[in-house]
Amino acid sequence: MARVAVWMVLILLAAPAGAGVPSARGAEPVHAYRLSNGLKIIVKEDHRAPVVVSQVWYRVGSSYEHSGITGISHVLEHMMFKGTPEHPAGEFSRIIAENGGQENAFTSRDYTAYFQMLDKDRLAVSFELEADRMRHLLLKPEDFDKEVHVVMEERRMRIEDDPQSLTGERFNALAYLNSGYHIPIIGWMDDLSHLKAADLRHWYTRFYAPNNATVVVVGDVDPGQVLKLARRYFGPLKPSAPPSVKPRTEVPQKGMRRVDVKLPAKTPYVLMGYQVPVLSTAGKQSWEPYALEVLAGILDQGDSARLSRELVRGQQVAASAGAGYDLYARRSALLMLEGVPAHDHSVEELEQALKAQIKALRDRPVAADELSRVKAQVVADKVFNRDSQFYQAMQIGMLETVGLGWQVLDQYVPRVQAVTADQVRAVARKYLVDRHLTVAVLHPLPMAPGAQAPAGTGLGGSRHVR
Amino acid sequence: MCAERARRWHAAWLVLLLALPGVASALAPIQHWRTPNGARVYFVPARELPMVDARVVFDAGSARDAGHPGLARLTNALLDQGAGGLSADELADRLGTLGAQLNTGSRRDMAWVSLRSLSAADKLRPAAALAAKVIGAPAFHRPDFKRERQRLLVAAKQREQQPDQVAEEAFHKALYGDHPYASPPGGTPADLPVLTDEEVQGFYLRYYTARNAVVAIVGDLDAKAAHRLARTLTARLDKGDPAGALPPVSPLTGSTTRSVDFPSTQSTVLMGQPGVRRGDPDYFPLYVGNYVLGGGGLVSRLNEQIREKRGLSYSVYSYFLPMARKGPFVLGLQTRNDQTRKALDLMRQVLARYVKKGPTAEELEAAKKHITGGFALRIDTNRKVVEYLAMIGFYHLPLDYLQRFNARVEAVTREQIVKAFQRRVHPDRMVTVIVGPGSDAPKQ
Repeated sequence: MARVAVWMVLILLAAPAGAGVPSARGAEPVHAYRLSNGLKIIVKEDHRAPVVVSQVWYRVGSSYEHSGITGISHVLEHMMFKGTPEHPAGEFSRIIAENGGQENAFTSRDYTAYFQMLDKDRLAVSFELEADRMRHLLLKPEDFDKEVHVVMEERRMRIEDDPQSLTGERFNALAYLNSGYHIPIIGWMDDLSHLKAADLRHWYTRFYAPNNATVVVVGDVDPGQVLKLARRYFGPLKPSAPPSVKPRTEVPQKGMRRVDVKLPAKTPYVLMGYQVPVLSTAGKQSWEPYALEVLAGILDQGDSARLSRELVRGQQVAASAGAGYDLYARRSALLMLEGVPAHDHSVEELEQALKAQIKALRDRPVAADELSRVKAQVVADKVFNRDSQFYQAMQIGMLETVGLGWQVLDQYVPRVQAVTADQVRAVARKYLVDRHLTVAVLHPLPMAPGAQAPAGTGLGGSRHVR
Repeated sequence: MCAERARRWHAAWLVLLLALPGVASALAPIQHWRTPNGARVYFVPARELPMVDARVVFDAGSARDAGHPGLARLTNALLDQGAGGLSADELADRLGTLGAQLNTGSRRDMAWVSLRSLSAADKLRPAAALAAKVIGAPAFHRPDFKRERQRLLVAAKQREQQPDQVAEEAFHKALYGDHPYASPPGGTPADLPVLTDEEVQGFYLRYYTARNAVVAIVGDLDAKAAHRLARTLTARLDKGDPAGALPPVSPLTGSTTRSVDFPSTQSTVLMGQPGVRRGDPDYFPLYVGNYVLGGGGLVSRLNEQIREKRGLSYSVYSYFLPMARKGPFVLGLQTRNDQTRKALDLMRQVLARYVKKGPTAEELEAAKKHITGGFALRIDTNRKVVEYLAMIGFYHLPLDYLQRFNARVEAVTREQIVKAFQRRVHPDRMVTVIVGPGSDAPKQ
């Protein structure tokens, strides 16, 4: 973490307090500011509709947690709706609703974010409430006692009673040994049931401060006006001592790991992940994450990609199959594969078929037309993504919060376009090998009537919405 | 709350966002015409971004399954698996090379093909030509048929391990009995294996016709180009006939409770009855009224009593889903098994009280402020607008539906809500479905 933190300071210095830094993005300039209390404000104009998205991002998420208090970032996210001295419990949501707004919040491994979508004239409503709860949360023990039960219900719904999610949680805990990514975002049930309001108070004090947050605004707004509003509402907030966060760099993997998950279910499922670098950790080899990004696209960018073509339609060994990679993770991550076997095939056959796809990427360079298809889709998606203000704000906030900086967005298309077939093969050979692999397999047990449900475990979704 | 499952390392919550109630403020008037072969077209230009969204919707959802659950879904899923002399691989390759996105889907009323493309002529024209093959010249080759049927079978089995899906299916069955809305859109493990390719062919020929289609277009093109696009997309369709009207939904005659034994840590509860159809005169009072009851996310009465005050459920809600015929009025929650009785009793109490007394003046005011104040958010993306156009066309709503939306919400009175709820919602005639371990589910 230390290295990333240092880099982040450099970015901040590059954007001096109050100075607008329009980007080179032509029709859609981004303006970045920093208040004297350390709060970053990033504004992107989008005048297509008379609305505005406002998001407040905090540098804290499940990967900042440790054993015994897992899930605390997400429970705190829930408690952020439970009031301040100025605005008692329920008032936040009531005010946003009466202003015609939509609101919610989400917690991920690397961040916690709160958002409102409103008519463009009502941004001040959002700023006033967000500034208030950034520093003045009540965190009453009696509210906590109820809300933690809501979160336990959320966990039951999302994880305990969903065989694939439960498998994903076990997979994660095995694929990451010492990295914060070992921890399920929603937390282990046993940790949730022993969490105390005092634990949350400590977590809140440590991470919720203007100098640990970024405000992102996208919409039909004037950046100067947004800055003015931000100064008015967020400006008076006091900064905290910057939270010290340990790096917890994942240990190198020394051989394949496997876990079997057996529980009542109807269809088998396999999850595979190879330990790989990401942009935050790649250092000078920053082409590698982009090559991995293209590789994931070769496997699973639409119906023309290999998993659909080869495994679903060709060999028909999979009923469904997918691949994924989080280029922008804060810590080293995984190139992931998943699949559900076709009706008359076993999960073992599917696992072998997925591995054969990886082997093919190691053995032969991808074809020119495959590569150009992935790139064509990346270029088109860049346009399509602008249809959603929310998505644009998400990308900016996420990149700032993991420490890469929003400017990285502008590099995405050119750097993906620069990737060669040889580079895709090179990252496959270097990283997609058995000794970097973790596999989890869901083996269904009969769902006999009256059968007892399995007792407690973890998380699968990458984010949890309140 | 939204049942769709995103891939786990992708943004599952974005799906939830799409389910939020939306916006409207300065929408250009909808342009409407018919193609030469009779498809109804709805168009709104949006010139800011160099892209086009088109959505071709057919009255070909599972309500047309006619005793063959899964037939509508299978037919729809096969459209892009080989068409117009191109294999599934070739179609996918060509669309991918253009950077275009083509999707198919179906629910109870509708089945659709949607296309998203860059608007440059060298992208849009070939993409539209490919979509036209998918819409109007699907091959239905036997190997593709067998493969897609098998994939639907696996998906149906997968739903059987998800309590929310099990509840949803049991709920529709209990609510709709012999009505076509009882048919599960994805089919069942028992019914899918016996579907034949002849049935698929027959279904396609009957329902995928121009006069049974609505074309919605939003994006960076002028009216002339939109005419050309609509013509291209529907060019290969037979003229055909509109699908006949669905039978009316019979009201429930009494309350029934169905417990489904399931090895889960929570019990999933759905309760409801047939609700409203699109264009129903009671729709706006019921919609506004339901916001107070259970539609208003974190601020509804159900949420207040069950989640905020007692911590019993993560998600508790109610909604009216207006459809061609009376869609369901649903109340739902999930809770730890030993709390099921308590949560269900609370849900019934909140509903009974609300039907009796309706909202307070303050609650109604707050509801109107939220719904009208948030109108701009309903139509702030091309994707949302194209879905509205398809909905307006499919259900024959007035062309100024969006423009008049806020005025109709404002016009709703407390008395209208009370009367509409008392006329339409009968707490003593409800279907209740509980999915959870049998030993803990309440017996009635």
